[in-house]
Amino acid sequence: MNMSLAELVAAAEAEAARELTICNACRYCEGFCAVFPAMTRRLEFGRDDVHYLANLCHNCGACLHACQYAPPHEFGLNLPRALADLRVHTWAEYAWPRAAGALYRRAGLTVALALGGGLALFLVLALAQAGGLWRPPNGGNFYAVFPHNLLVTLFGIAFGWAVLALGIGVARFWRAWRPGPGSLAAAAEATASVASLRYLDGGHGEGCNEADDRFTRARRLAHHFTFYGFLLCLASTSVATVYHYALGLPAPYAYTSLPVVLGTLGGIGLLIGPAWLFALNLRRHPEHGVRAHKALDHGLIWTLFLVSATGLALLAWRDTAAMTVLLAVHLGFVMAFFLTMPYGKFAHGIYRAAALLKYAVEKRQPSRLRLGGE
Amino acid sequence: MPDERADVIVVGGGNAALCAALTAREAGASVLLLEAAPRAWRGGNSMHTRNLRCMHDAPQDVLTDAYPEEEFWQDLFKVTGGRTDEGLARLVIRESSRCRPWMARHGVRFQPSLSGTLHLSRTNAFFMGGGKALVNAYYRSAEALGVEIRYETPVDAVELEDGRAVAVRAGGRRLAAGAVVLACGGFESNREWLREAWGRNARGEWPAENFLIRGTRYNTGAMLKFMIDAGADVIGDPSQSHCVAIDARAPLYDGGICTRIDCVSLGIVVNREGRRFYDEGEDFWPKRYAIWGRLTAMQPGQIAYSLIDAKAVGRFMPPVFPGLKADTIAALAAMIEVDPAVLERTVAEFNAACRPGSFDHATLDDCRTEGLTPAKTHWARALDTPPYTAYPVRPGITFTYLGLATDETAAVRFGGRPSPNLFVAGEMMAGNVLGQGYTAGVGMSIGTAFGRIAGAEAARAAQSARAAA
Ligand SMILES: Cc1cc2nc3c(=O)[nH]c(=O)nc-3n(C[C@H](O)[C@H](O)[C@H](O)COP(=O)(O)OP(=O)(O)OC[C@H]3O[C@@H](n4cnc5c(N)ncnc54)[C@H](O)[C@@H]3O)c2cc1C
Ligand code: HEM
Ligand code: HEM
Ligand code: SF4
Ligand code: SF4
Repeated sequence: MNMSLAELVAAAEAEAARELTICNACRYCEGFCAVFPAMTRRLEFGRDDVHYLANLCHNCGACLHACQYAPPHEFGLNLPRALADLRVHTWAEYAWPRAAGALYRRAGLTVALALGGGLALFLVLALAQAGGLWRPPNGGNFYAVFPHNLLVTLFGIAFGWAVLALGIGVARFWRAWRPGPGSLAAAAEATASVASLRYLDGGHGEGCNEADDRFTRARRLAHHFTFYGFLLCLASTSVATVYHYALGLPAPYAYTSLPVVLGTLGGIGLLIGPAWLFALNLRRHPEHGVRAHKALDHGLIWTLFLVSATGLALLAWRDTAAMTVLLAVHLGFVMAFFLTMPYGKFAHGIYRAAALLKYAVEKRQPSRLRLGGE
Repeated sequence: MPDERADVIVVGGGNAALCAALTAREAGASVLLLEAAPRAWRGGNSMHTRNLRCMHDAPQDVLTDAYPEEEFWQDLFKVTGGRTDEGLARLVIRESSRCRPWMARHGVRFQPSLSGTLHLSRTNAFFMGGGKALVNAYYRSAEALGVEIRYETPVDAVELEDGRAVAVRAGGRRLAAGAVVLACGGFESNREWLREAWGRNARGEWPAENFLIRGTRYNTGAMLKFMIDAGADVIGDPSQSHCVAIDARAPLYDGGICTRIDCVSLGIVVNREGRRFYDEGEDFWPKRYAIWGRLTAMQPGQIAYSLIDAKAVGRFMPPVFPGLKADTIAALAAMIEVDPAVLERTVAEFNAACRPGSFDHATLDDCRTEGLTPAKTHWARALDTPPYTAYPVRPGITFTYLGLATDETAAVRFGGRPSPNLFVAGEMMAGNVLGQGYTAGVGMSIGTAFGRIAGAEAARAAQSARAAA
């Protein structure tokens, strides 16, 4: 029997609601993360509720290992999996343009095509623009290979598209259910939760579950390498932009210059982080998630790793004959990263951040319920 | 094949067994833990728990205010109606003020009382993630310390020589031991035994046939029966069990906490004949939930229905199964297969008897019935706002009270004489402290205290046996 996509999504929503109803009557896992306190403010779990809670979940696994109703119990409770399954459906539902949401379900192919396509584009461009891939060293003059304006145009469009698409998607997600009036305190709390990945700490500070019921800080740390590595690379690019336009200082920059130091540190983070996340991902308890999502995870992990590795290689060999080809490869992968940003695993960060903000806002509103129990 | 041997063999795999195994191992003994359940079901009833009751003289990490020894003792004395051993009870109480750092060392984490359980924030320390997280932590710690663990190994006999344990037998295998700790729960999942203990009522029914078991299916009481037959001293009434009204749609075993129904005091409860049978508003629900199992067990068919109207929604812990909903009492009656005319009359009489008052679920308010039997003495408000909701309830057995008599060394006793190397812990001896009644969290306090005592005593007994040999 083949279910249509709409039926699959409805089934995922119904399953999440079923499991959350059981949790709401139990509540033992309340201390682990934000999902449970948000859940206890509700009596029923409609579509908007489950979409919100699915994106609030950090997939730490704690509530599966601690669950007295986990399989083989007939309740078959596996909240991390139910929410992970639904989470990816929600990204597809909110995607812009809507049809592109299908790409989330073909993550392997999407990423492979983007990487291949990006690579091909810049290799061909290099051939056309510079007349060859192997040219005598020119002191790292990248713009002799690709004119600055060409790069600004191409990447401006790709990045702009990514920002627009993710922006529209997350705006749809936000509007589906509004938690109430925002405040500075709520924004600060959400920012802190993102910056520290607070809900991968298990509620007791000892981290999340990976291969078994043991807690470990590994995923949180590996993500910090990835996340802050990424931010450093963004910072490097921003500084370089200022250098270029405001100070009139075009690339290449010295190894000791601010953009290169930031980029190098970030690049190292983006090697260690994704590699570590990959190792953890391979050994993760299979029940924590949906097998089919591995392609999404690995797609982002590998794209980040490749972008960083080629960027660092370019930096190392910018003064050699290999510069042109390294630049083309780096830019090809960067292009692939930008193109897949709104239609791949990268979306997790945006939607989770929005869910964390919803949570921080909602928890500041008085609850409508006055429960008393056993 | 030569005998397998361990200094200490622990029978069972729940909280008490794990506390005993960890303590014996810490004392240097080689320890073998035999759990009847497979790994996925390990942990007995302990994996369904959420907290333990703790004495403390000042606010602690997750405990508010103070809960001094004397107050704890008075609470125990009250709920047991005096059927307790003061010496053993105080031992448990004092131990409860000391055991948490040890628990934390073995990986147990605590959290403040769960939402909806504010009334326990002073007295009970909640396990983060509940009892299964606690059990997982203890197993991890036990494995790391070198305790040998065998699942799917139900023990059927202890080889005894004049009150001394020599070995245990599990499915034809003999495992020699320097000392043995029995920590394998009550007989609450032995449906035959429950049937016999509850007997037959005047209607010719066997009430226990309609009971649900809130916890594990592995607490069959096999070792309890074996020890009774072997002449061990017994404590507690075999016909007594902690029995709660839970959702009738709960699974036969392991329904755990989430199947409870918490709206009794907000509405009325009728039996299948459509009649009320007890004061639903006698006292705060946390103080009364434990009598409704027995009350329901006494009704025809051992079933009852908790009815509320729309005013009650959002005022009680959400139930796990959806209620049956209808816009009229008659329609609701049809859904629960109760005579609509009778139910309508019951509700009409109840509604007419409700005196005006100011409803306040947080106090023993003045909303009560007048001239109605049985009366509803608090929170009585007419059922007049549709939709009406019904939750079917049945008796759910939490645990049984029958156990082995013991003393402050946790020794099993034969004719008043303590065994030198056979010990008992947890629910299997809880009746020494808790002859009847219950107050939230003492089960785990008793199991932790006596598990640790039994483990230490067993290690000592095994070592002295070794030294003598
Ligand atoms: C739903 C529910 C909620 C509860 N909540 C609380 C609470 O919050 N706080 C509290 O203090 N108490 C609570 N209790 C009571 C509490 O569960 C018990 O007091 C406590 O768990 C007893 O621990 P134990 O180790 O003695 O028994 P158990 O945890 O039941 O362990 C018995 C073990 O022995 C094993 N076993 C049985 N027979 C054999 C055999 N022949 N050979 C080998 N192994 C065997 C079983 O598989 C099991 O692992 C609750 C009970 C239930 C049912
Ligand atoms: C806007 C598109 C981008 C362009 C045009 C671009 C271009 C470049 C260039 C020219 C270099 C060599 C710098 C030097 O040798 O001095 C470089 C290096 C690097 N790039 Fe990119 N890049 C882009 C986006 C990215 C992104 C999004 C990432 C990471 C996610 C990234 C990661 C790196 C790293 C880690 C290095 C090496 C460290 C450094 O030199 O700063 N790049 N990039
Ligand atoms: C903005 C806020 C962000 C939050 C709250 C967040 C949170 C998380 C969480 C909880 C996970 C683990 C669960 C899961 O796989 O879904 C995760 C995984 C991951 N994150 Fe983030 N993230 C954010 C941003 C980012 C960014 C900016 C990057 C890199 C550019 C990134 C890269 C990754 C990668 C590669 C994984 C995959 C790990 C795996 O599958 O094992 N994240 N993130
Ligand atoms: S995951 Fe299981 S143990 Fe945790 S709150 Fe939900 S039902 Fe309870
Ligand atoms: S997997 Fe972790 S983050 Fe998600 S609901 Fe469970 S405990 Fe919370």
